[in-house]
Amino acid sequence: MIERSPIFDFITYATMILGLVLVLVPFWVTIVAGSQSLQEVSQVPLNLWPSGHLLENIQTAWARADLGPKMINSLIVAVGVTTGKIVLAALSAFAIVFFNFKARMLCFWLIFITLMLPLEVRIVPTYSIAANALLPFQTLLDTFGITSLLEMMSGVRVTLEWNLLNSYTGLILPLVATATGTFLYRQFFMTIPDELVEASKMDGSGPIRFFFEVLLPLSRTNMLALATIMFVSSWNQYLWPLLITTDRANFGTVVMQLKALIPAQNGTPDWNVTMAGALIIMLPPLLVVALMQRWFVRGLISRDK
Amino acid sequence: MERRAFYRNPILPWLLLAPQLILVLVFFYWPTSQALFWAFTLEQPWGGGNTWAGFNNFLSLFGDTRYWATVGRSAFYAIAATVISMGIALTLAMFVDRALKGTRLFQSVFVWPYAIAAPAAGVAFRFIFAPEAGLIGAVNEIWPGIWNPATNGFHALGMVIVCHAWLGIGYNFIFFLAALQMLPKSLSEAGAMDGARPYRRMLDLQLPLIAPTVFFLLIMNLISSFTDSFGLIDVMTEGGPINATEVMVYKLYVDGFKGLDYSGAAAQSIVLMILVIALTFIQFRWVEKRVHYN
Repeated sequence: MIERSPIFDFITYATMILGLVLVLVPFWVTIVAGSQSLQEVSQVPLNLWPSGHLLENIQTAWARADLGPKMINSLIVAVGVTTGKIVLAALSAFAIVFFNFKARMLCFWLIFITLMLPLEVRIVPTYSIAANALLPFQTLLDTFGITSLLEMMSGVRVTLEWNLLNSYTGLILPLVATATGTFLYRQFFMTIPDELVEASKMDGSGPIRFFFEVLLPLSRTNMLALATIMFVSSWNQYLWPLLITTDRANFGTVVMQLKALIPAQNGTPDWNVTMAGALIIMLPPLLVVALMQRWFVRGLISRDK
Repeated sequence: MERRAFYRNPILPWLLLAPQLILVLVFFYWPTSQALFWAFTLEQPWGGGNTWAGFNNFLSLFGDTRYWATVGRSAFYAIAATVISMGIALTLAMFVDRALKGTRLFQSVFVWPYAIAAPAAGVAFRFIFAPEAGLIGAVNEIWPGIWNPATNGFHALGMVIVCHAWLGIGYNFIFFLAALQMLPKSLSEAGAMDGARPYRRMLDLQLPLIAPTVFFLLIMNLISSFTDSFGLIDVMTEGGPINATEVMVYKLYVDGFKGLDYSGAAAQSIVLMILVIALTFIQFRWVEKRVHYN
């Protein structure tokens, strides 16, 4: 369509540039302040041009917040959640979409309802499970009298205990236990034509072969999208790691360390170190999003429609 | 989900579903029912189990003026952050959708805030708004003491809301742009033939057509104001000054994990859950039915 509207084109560019400034200001300030010396960063008004101290500030922040091991922890959690979610989601969506069994819709809703309540909203109850993740099963055994039965028969009292505090499983599992991935996969699997299933049936392949040789190759784009979304959201988790790790030195994640980097009320206002630290902490997910943009946007959209 | 070609197998689907179902039961259903139990019971101060408390936990919660102040604040926070964020994202998406030369660059940058951890953005904005630092704080050079979020509750709340709104721009932008790009080009062309200028078509054609997305995002933003706000507030203000930035999620955390009042926190949890479920319900029932033009 050819249409000339020079004034409106100008307004378009002006607004987009304004938006660009708006979006970039926090990033720019972080980079600028992170690269200045203590003296420069304390200047009022701040000089909005980077200086040359970025590397030493990063080193100071790295040492102060002990970012080395924390980065590794964050990476373990993010990769763990991402892989766990992709595998579990693919399996459960496969069962829900391609199998015909009675409790199919019940299972779907059991999983789907978890989409409604984000972890932050049910944080108190979820935390209660952290001390012993096997408590539900213990309670089941107790209420049905199996515990006492076993005790009578063997003389051993069954106590199931699995403490999740200060462990990678504790950091990872509750984040895997939501339906985002399952839902995304379900939406995608439903677009697979029946003919494909029939054809592979006719060729004599069973469900497992169909899953590995037809479905998985087809859902590569979906997997990338889900991986991006999950990596970003698990790297950025704050409240859950904060609660589940009392042993911060060994199991803390980088995002938890942000608070430790903020200058104390009456201490040296060395915001340059804070900002250098914030910069490296926000960088990994930003890089992932920037690189995977094309795929992950598609995934995000199809997830919620 | 009407599929004609199925696999039949009595065991396999259950094996496939088992890991996910177990996780969901252990980390979702059990804790949620546990919260219900706590909300209706009271823990004995010296141990020895819980006693039935009926609705007392809720009554004392609803009788607490401080709680209502928190509810009001959360509502203000949610609405303000949602309106600002969606407004900016919608404007940007509409202009990006015109696909003028060089738009791709803008488009990719507008997504960036989505990738940033709320506490990380909180730190950056705390510096930007710090009264002693040289950005917004510079106004204190001209009018001493005019800006101080560390003591002025309204400043502090405003600061957190601005940061929250900024964080939401990326997510909202992605959805708005996708919705706009799904509109058939022919509609816009027909409008142009009738002599509607681009800005007219934006307001009278595209905007009404993407109403479902607007409502969808409205709900998603309101829900996210309950979740993302925790990290922001903890890093930026810790609920202060004098509770001026204490929203529902933060109070729940303080009462439950600092004050160790599990029953009170569980009751607050239930209230929040009901709120979120209600919002989701509105989303499914009301919005899906009424706001469809195509």
